[in-house]
Amino acid sequence: MLKTIRAFILPMLAIVASANAAPALAQAAPAAAVPAIAQTTTDPTASTPAGPAKAPDIVHAAPTPGIGQPTDSIHLQEQMTPIGHEAERFHDYILVPMMFIMSIFVLLLLIWVVIRYRSAANPTPSRTSHNTFIEVIWTLFPVLVLVAIAVPSIRLLAHQYSPPKADLTVKVIGNQWYWTYQYPDNGDFEVVSNLLKEKSDVKPGDRFRTDADGPRLLAVDERMVVPAGAVVKLITTSNDVIHSFGMPSFWVKMDAIPGRLNETWFKVDRPGVYFGQCSELCGARHAYMPIAVEVVTPAQYAQWVASKGGTMPGAKPANNPDATKPTSPATAGTRPPAPPTDATVNAAEPAQTTSQPAVAQNQGTNQ
Amino acid sequence: MTDIAAHPSHFHADHGHEHHHDADHKPPFFARWFMSTNHKDIGTLYLIFAIIAGIIGGAISGIMRAELAKPGIQILTMAWPLGVGSVATMDEALHHWNVLITAHGLIMVFFMVMPAMIGGFGNWFVPIMIGAPDMAFPRMNNISFWLLIPAFILLLGSSFVSGGTGPGAGTGWTVYAPLSTSGSAGPAVDMAILSLHLAGASSILGAINFITTILNMRAPGMTLHKMPLFAWSVLVTAFLLLLSLPVLAAAITMLLTDRNFGTTFFDASGGGDPVLYQHLFWFFGHPEVYIMILPGFGIVSHVISTFSRKPIFGYLGMAYAMVAIGVVGFIVWAHHMYTTGLSVNTKMYFTAATMVIAVPTGIKIFSWIATMWEGSLSFKTPMLWAIGFIFMFTVGGVTGVLLANGGIDNYFQDAYYVVAHFHYVLSLGAVFSLFAGFYYWFPKMSGKMYNELLGQLHFWVFFVGVNVLFFPMHFLGMQGMPRRYPDYPDAYAKWNALASHGYEIMAAGMLIFFVNVIWSLIAGKKAGDNPWGEGATTLEWTLSSPPPYHQFEQLPRID
Repeated sequence: MLKTIRAFILPMLAIVASANAAPALAQAAPAAAVPAIAQTTTDPTASTPAGPAKAPDIVHAAPTPGIGQPTDSIHLQEQMTPIGHEAERFHDYILVPMMFIMSIFVLLLLIWVVIRYRSAANPTPSRTSHNTFIEVIWTLFPVLVLVAIAVPSIRLLAHQYSPPKADLTVKVIGNQWYWTYQYPDNGDFEVVSNLLKEKSDVKPGDRFRTDADGPRLLAVDERMVVPAGAVVKLITTSNDVIHSFGMPSFWVKMDAIPGRLNETWFKVDRPGVYFGQCSELCGARHAYMPIAVEVVTPAQYAQWVASKGGTMPGAKPANNPDATKPTSPATAGTRPPAPPTDATVNAAEPAQTTSQPAVAQNQGTNQ
Repeated sequence: MTDIAAHPSHFHADHGHEHHHDADHKPPFFARWFMSTNHKDIGTLYLIFAIIAGIIGGAISGIMRAELAKPGIQILTMAWPLGVGSVATMDEALHHWNVLITAHGLIMVFFMVMPAMIGGFGNWFVPIMIGAPDMAFPRMNNISFWLLIPAFILLLGSSFVSGGTGPGAGTGWTVYAPLSTSGSAGPAVDMAILSLHLAGASSILGAINFITTILNMRAPGMTLHKMPLFAWSVLVTAFLLLLSLPVLAAAITMLLTDRNFGTTFFDASGGGDPVLYQHLFWFFGHPEVYIMILPGFGIVSHVISTFSRKPIFGYLGMAYAMVAIGVVGFIVWAHHMYTTGLSVNTKMYFTAATMVIAVPTGIKIFSWIATMWEGSLSFKTPMLWAIGFIFMFTVGGVTGVLLANGGIDNYFQDAYYVVAHFHYVLSLGAVFSLFAGFYYWFPKMSGKMYNELLGQLHFWVFFVGVNVLFFPMHFLGMQGMPRRYPDYPDAYAKWNALASHGYEIMAAGMLIFFVNVIWSLIAGKKAGDNPWGEGATTLEWTLSSPPPYHQFEQLPRID
């Protein structure tokens, strides 16, 4: 009985909700649709859908070992963003020394009392149980240490929350268990990103992971591609349960929560491939929805966008964008999309149309 | 004698008997252990329960470490829960992983640490330390314990019924919506939630009992400012339980109605908010971590003082540091939620508030060292655990200061660094203090001495084991390995393999512990009233070992 009521009520709620939600939310393609739009690095034309001719895909880069992916070292991953560099300095030069000094200080005190005041060395204990001066000292001393930490900590937070003007907005949608990336500034096309399985795990003829794709459990079929030097605004949300978009080498982690739009950003100058993983328990295949971000030159980015049927801002549509957008009317070039009606405080600002093409700003690219 | 109302005829009947009704008269077996109103017997039941739950929770972590020892999936493909045959699909195997992490967390928190600390040592020693004959509400005390049994059965039973992708609740101990609502079909999550309801009710009843006992039943002359620190720690803990658990109960009740009755408290499509659940959960969850560690603070204070043959240094500072930790513990919850999209001002506030907790914690660390300063230290087994506790808790504490920074945390949130941090404060903090208390009070509770050699061996093997187990997790976290992963990129293989070897060492240490307990109970030397000498000054050492069935028929008087 209750099940019946629920089965009736929930679709109603869903209809009401989807009327309010940003239309993009309804568009995430199911995982099954992936092969249709998958394009391999080795054979860029093999899976191009029939229809209007699209630009060929770019030649995707192979990741650099040790950069943008984990190693077995005992340091942080090498940082690629301005925030990452600031946080890494704070971590390496303030927090870690503080932790070492405090731990070693306590350890030395313990070793001292254990040796000096063992019963053989000190058979008669004192009866001291108060010393106001020292109690005040060891209350105030940690306060000073904490204030010294708090200043750079608060400054880091302030920097994280005051991004430069965005050159590009990417909407990141978590799904069980894959990511989709929407590019509202480039004709609102969508990329579905699935884990690449090992050769032994796929049927003959299907695509499997190669080392050019990336390490096991990190390589994906379709990477998020962004131009180097661009300030990329991420809007994260989810279609089902909570996921978390975590990119260690960008110092970015933002939960993707159904019904909410969260915002964060990064800016990477070095072209290359960087990996991250879902960082919020999201069900059985939580460990199998990696993130791969490929940073390319602005020219490559424009080509990649064209290969997806998208457009660069300001440019006329080169071909029919509907070929890759099965559900929504063509909005290419007519941004912005409907602003989110969600009450989420920090995402209240709708995805902005960037006034300038990302390529125009990216001259400062350095390798 | 089970009526609550005393009728005059009872007294007449009693007086009719000869006065064989001495303080050590025990009821027959069934009445004594299943209908108990005796705080020491209930404490013993709690300790036995906690040890059994600890074995189960520890075995589960053994399965997890075995799976994580190598990249790839090796163990999970065996059928759960019986381990025979193999699973139907890979998704079901991966669901087993989530069931394991959920069960490990819930069992260790609700059925091992809390029952041992509060139900076990709290029941045994709070009434004795304050000079009371028993707890204020002896029958409620019994209900508190017996509610845990169905709670535990519900949790274990949930792994036999469907939880969506496979049998068991695979939501993590935090039971976040919507994974726990729309994301988990089947009755397993409902059973786990009801289990938490019962365990929570048990703890609330226990908390009421402790608060009433400590505030009303202290012996003449024992003011709050003369009360032993363990009683102080349990008093603060009881208030934390009483204030935080109802919030958890409310949150998981809303989960139940979201799951079964079509409400949408945590569903955005109906006007709810998944993040609301996290706020409610962590409003309980953060005080909960202090609930697990505060009684340990109390135990360590007594052990340090006893084996230094010195009164505790800065007694009032120690007591009010615990009160401060308890109070501040209620206003820092959202540091568990730095990546959920909090505003910048919110993150700045929670960063600052969280770091404040380091101040009273530092006071405690330094006061313990000052207690040992100029003392006359003997390194009996409880003292080893207490000293180990101080250092390991410091290590876990400083990584906590790092994680408190909202700007740093979005690298470490949900990474193995967090796992390392909370195991340093719990598995090396709370558990070390449990062992310190166990060895310290074992002679008092059982009347037998434990084996000192085995005790020392247990400490050293366990100490090496847990450090090899948990320290590499810092490195994994710094390289970004997310927690709750059954498989990982090969770059993480080295430190994971080392951690799994650490588990083996730790397990060997636990074996020594069980041998010691069994050997000591059977063949241990008889313990005197006070085996620890002049340093042991609290009231339990004035009684025989084990204490009489009813102590303090004449209340002690404290000057």
